[in-house]
Amino acid sequence: MEAAAVFLPLLGAFVAGFFGSVIRDRGAELVTCAFMVISALISYYLFYDVALGAAPRTVPLLDWVVSGDLSFAWSLKVDTLTAVMLLVVTTVSAVVHLYSIGYMHHDKSIPRFFAYLSLFTFFMLMLVTAENLVQLFFGWEGVGLCSYLLIGFWYDKPSANAAAIKAFLVNRVGDVGFALGIFGVYVLFGTVSFDEIFAAAPGMANATLVFLGVEYHALTVLCLLLFIGAMGKSAQLGLHTWLPDAMEGPTPVSALIHAATMVTAGVFMVCRLSPLFELSETALMVVTVVGASTAFFAATVGLTQNDIKRVIAYSTCSQLGYMFFAVGVSAYSAAMFHLMTHAFFKALLFLGSGSVIHAMSDEQDMRKMGGLYKLIPFTYALMWIGSLALAGIGIPGTSIGFAGFFSKDAIIESSFAAHTGVGTYAFWMGIAAAFMTAFYSWRLLFMTFHGKPRCDEKTLAHIHESPKIMLLPLVLLAAGSIFAGVAGYSVFVGDGMDAFWGDSIKVLSTHTALVDSHYVPIWVKVLPLAMGVSGIALAYWMYIVNTNLPKALADAFRPLYLFSYNKWYFDELFNAIFVKPAFYLGRGLWKSGDGALIDGVGPDGVAALTKRWAQRASNLQSGYLYHYAFAMLIGIVGLVTWHLFTAAG
Amino acid sequence: MDDFPLLSVTIFTPLAGALAIFLFVRGPEDLVARNAKWGALWVSLFTFGFSLLIWLNFKNETADFQYAERQEWMPSFNITYHVGVDGISMFFVLLSTLLTPICILASWDAIKTRVKEYMIAFLVLETMMVGMFCALDFIVFYIFFEAVLIPMFLIIGVWGGNRRVYAAFKFFLYTLLGSVLMLLALIAMYVQTGTTDIPTIMQHHFRYEVQLWMWLALFASFAVKVPMWPVHTWLPDAHVEAPTAGSVILAGVLLKMGAYGFLRFSLPMLPEASAFFTPMIYTLSIVAVIYTSLVALVQEDMKKLIAYSSVAHMGFVTVGIFAANQQAVEGALLQMLSHGFVSGALFLCVGVVYDRIHSREISRYGGLVERMPRYALIFMVFMLASVGLPGTSGFVGEFLILVGAFQANTWVALLIGTGMVLGAAYMLYMYRRVVFEKMTKEDLKSIVDLSPREIIQFAPLIILVFWMGIYPSSFIEPMSASVANLIENYNTALAAADGGHALAAR
Repeated sequence: MEAAAVFLPLLGAFVAGFFGSVIRDRGAELVTCAFMVISALISYYLFYDVALGAAPRTVPLLDWVVSGDLSFAWSLKVDTLTAVMLLVVTTVSAVVHLYSIGYMHHDKSIPRFFAYLSLFTFFMLMLVTAENLVQLFFGWEGVGLCSYLLIGFWYDKPSANAAAIKAFLVNRVGDVGFALGIFGVYVLFGTVSFDEIFAAAPGMANATLVFLGVEYHALTVLCLLLFIGAMGKSAQLGLHTWLPDAMEGPTPVSALIHAATMVTAGVFMVCRLSPLFELSETALMVVTVVGASTAFFAATVGLTQNDIKRVIAYSTCSQLGYMFFAVGVSAYSAAMFHLMTHAFFKALLFLGSGSVIHAMSDEQDMRKMGGLYKLIPFTYALMWIGSLALAGIGIPGTSIGFAGFFSKDAIIESSFAAHTGVGTYAFWMGIAAAFMTAFYSWRLLFMTFHGKPRCDEKTLAHIHESPKIMLLPLVLLAAGSIFAGVAGYSVFVGDGMDAFWGDSIKVLSTHTALVDSHYVPIWVKVLPLAMGVSGIALAYWMYIVNTNLPKALADAFRPLYLFSYNKWYFDELFNAIFVKPAFYLGRGLWKSGDGALIDGVGPDGVAALTKRWAQRASNLQSGYLYHYAFAMLIGIVGLVTWHLFTAAG
Repeated sequence: MDDFPLLSVTIFTPLAGALAIFLFVRGPEDLVARNAKWGALWVSLFTFGFSLLIWLNFKNETADFQYAERQEWMPSFNITYHVGVDGISMFFVLLSTLLTPICILASWDAIKTRVKEYMIAFLVLETMMVGMFCALDFIVFYIFFEAVLIPMFLIIGVWGGNRRVYAAFKFFLYTLLGSVLMLLALIAMYVQTGTTDIPTIMQHHFRYEVQLWMWLALFASFAVKVPMWPVHTWLPDAHVEAPTAGSVILAGVLLKMGAYGFLRFSLPMLPEASAFFTPMIYTLSIVAVIYTSLVALVQEDMKKLIAYSSVAHMGFVTVGIFAANQQAVEGALLQMLSHGFVSGALFLCVGVVYDRIHSREISRYGGLVERMPRYALIFMVFMLASVGLPGTSGFVGEFLILVGAFQANTWVALLIGTGMVLGAAYMLYMYRRVVFEKMTKEDLKSIVDLSPREIIQFAPLIILVFWMGIYPSSFIEPMSASVANLIENYNTALAAADGGHALAAR
């Protein structure tokens, strides 16, 4: 049963990928969609059986590696946490599969696309059902691979290729941290299996670990290393630069991978490891600060972007920040709650914007849109629902509201109720971001759908509502965006919480933020809503009433505007300190290290010894940075060796 | 079955085949070429069959040398013909016998001149490689170890590219220079112990000062073979000039000889010296990983890029060997095997397009996926295995090495961990420029996808990549007893030495 849910998508990917030319486009669509829907239905049953029936289980499949004391196996662990993820992943994936039939209609390699989508789903399911850190890592890198393949799906576009490689590499940076974390866990616990680690964790609360020559509190180091991995995958501040570029991929991909599922893997990972994170206050503090800062940072960038998908991408980044600071104040279930509702409404927004882009003949620049609401009213209505859910609109104190209202407020209230320094920081960052979220969402709506059409005649004549196969999935997601909050509130963060989550999430009894969040002052409950409404009002004022205002403001605060528009110059910074030096050093080491020095004094040098030596000496002072860098490297090698020898002896 | 000299048969079948081809394949040129090719293919397949028997009847639970054979050879010098395999060497025999038929297939249409001599050279090479991994007497080992150079030298020098003579000599000089020092060390061992028998010498304890000098002499030879930074520059030149099949064998098997030497000689025979020099090995390996990865990033020649990536991957291996714990050494062995077929396959991938366009320049290609989807897929599988994606063979070795290294020294784990990022950078960047993007070059627009022969030569390697990635136990289980034994002896020797020093200090 569990295995079927996980491996059916793989089978679908296999069939579509290898027999795509035999079964044709239609066959590939049918096979992958059918398998995906079956997998989703099984997941619903598992959710009912495991989460609601409180019957967690682990299904062993096959030994993987046994090396000395280190052993780990392929297996499928399904508990409440996994069941929630199964529900989210398979639902959104099935919906996106269906939507793609319409969206990719004109593409020339449909079987390949569906094979990638299904393969992605397989890796994602392996990730969420992992029973040990290494299988989690397998799924983790697997979804990264599929993300790479799908971002670069249109391989003849140079920008898509660049974005794909960037996504893979930035994620790999995070993965190095993750991998080191796994090694550390093995050194400390002697195992990588979750159940065994969690059982032993309380006994390790005060253990220490020597890392990079310094003795640290073991769990703090491990949690921070693992969190670096989560930062990469979930695009947190510093390692976020790949996510906006990932929008080069087809829009259904953005909805599935870069909004609803893969990018939330980091949140899932930290929740899964709650028994470890709970034991390190420092790690939780770092998580809170990073999450809150990301929520704020990404929202500021979202204010000024003109590409419809990039606005939503930064919004995703920001919402992931919310989830992380929820985790940081030990409100894991609130984070998971928001993860679920966010999956629905963000997928809806992405697919809705895909519908817009489809209607606009592949135009993504909002400055060239406008006035679309009469032409594609259905999409327009759905985008409203998505935006209302994202902005968290609802009536405080009642159970009336869109999905985001329940989950986001639970997070903001928890951060307030944490009553810690970082909690308060997160609270105010979250409030500020809530204001900006509402503003950029309605800026998007107004720029896209209202005002005069700004596109050319040809595009305008061609604008049409999307086919039913694209609209039906949107309706499903819209239903989720409206009702998921009300339906989930009680079991996720309300009264039914403890029974629902069981042992899958562990919170120390001293960490009471989530419980206390139900008793915060009324102004805390109302403030997010007030922020949302005023954000909408400001957007209305700037983009409907007084349309000259945005330009005037941008001119008046030009440095601030440019700072936001250029995404705080992260890309430029990383390019200057990592990418360019890597190529420069590489070329220098090759030409002057291998070429001039090693070969020069080695084999080639022997042939013409004396003559060369003189030349070499003058070459040493060549003024090229890489010559000196190489000489320095030799020096460092010598020094390090000497140091290690003396240290060892 | 016990009396059947399986190892000797495996070692000498290719040589006998080569002799037969030399003597009996005569006639008009194209007939000679065809017969030589088919003859060599069958001989190498039979050899592979024999080597499979070695694996099938291998006893996993013992660390002893199995299938051992012993014949008096030069009794007055106490030199015997002694062969056998344990968990450390067994898979290298299989790697050699697997790659040889693949190389012969890869040369099927690519080699047009002196086909008969080429096939003979490959079969002789196979005998030397297999013999080297089986040898349990260091004179036998030394003969095979050095003799490998001769056919390889000829393959590069006769069938290579434009600068083949330069490359061949560079290769030869580098490796020979190291070998001379190794010979000195081996003679020193013989003088001290009076025997050339490897298992016997493993039991002997050399004085600490002697160990240091012997270790350095052996290191000179093995480091060139691995190759370790900074004695790696022969490798890119040799690869670039070698014919495709030559590169496959060079990367697949010959690079493993150095690392194998560390495992067979340095660690068990000279444990204290190995422990003393471990920091140096770490440093050189870290430099190798970072330095050659950066250099690989800017290469314009596909073969050079893969050659540099080999140096980086072997940097992982040397760290694994000298971290000297169960995970690290098993990881190093797996990484060597994985690198053997992954980098071999990557060279085959280059060979495929080289045969069609006759260029290795990365900028000469672009958009190949349009016309060659099967090639693109296969290339991607091996590229990802090289990057170390979980589920492929590259991951398991790399992961175990890093786990082991982390236990030994966290700095080392962190620094070679950067190889995970850099390795992905140069591989993805190359793949993008060769396979993706728009196809603009006119002559690429008529390029044809893989032929059935080419698919057959890739098929076993693809199976191995996933087999080792998903169920590596088939490979780890035969190793673990021998590795455990190696590490136990190593640690015992170090502990004893520590006790000795402590005693002396008192």
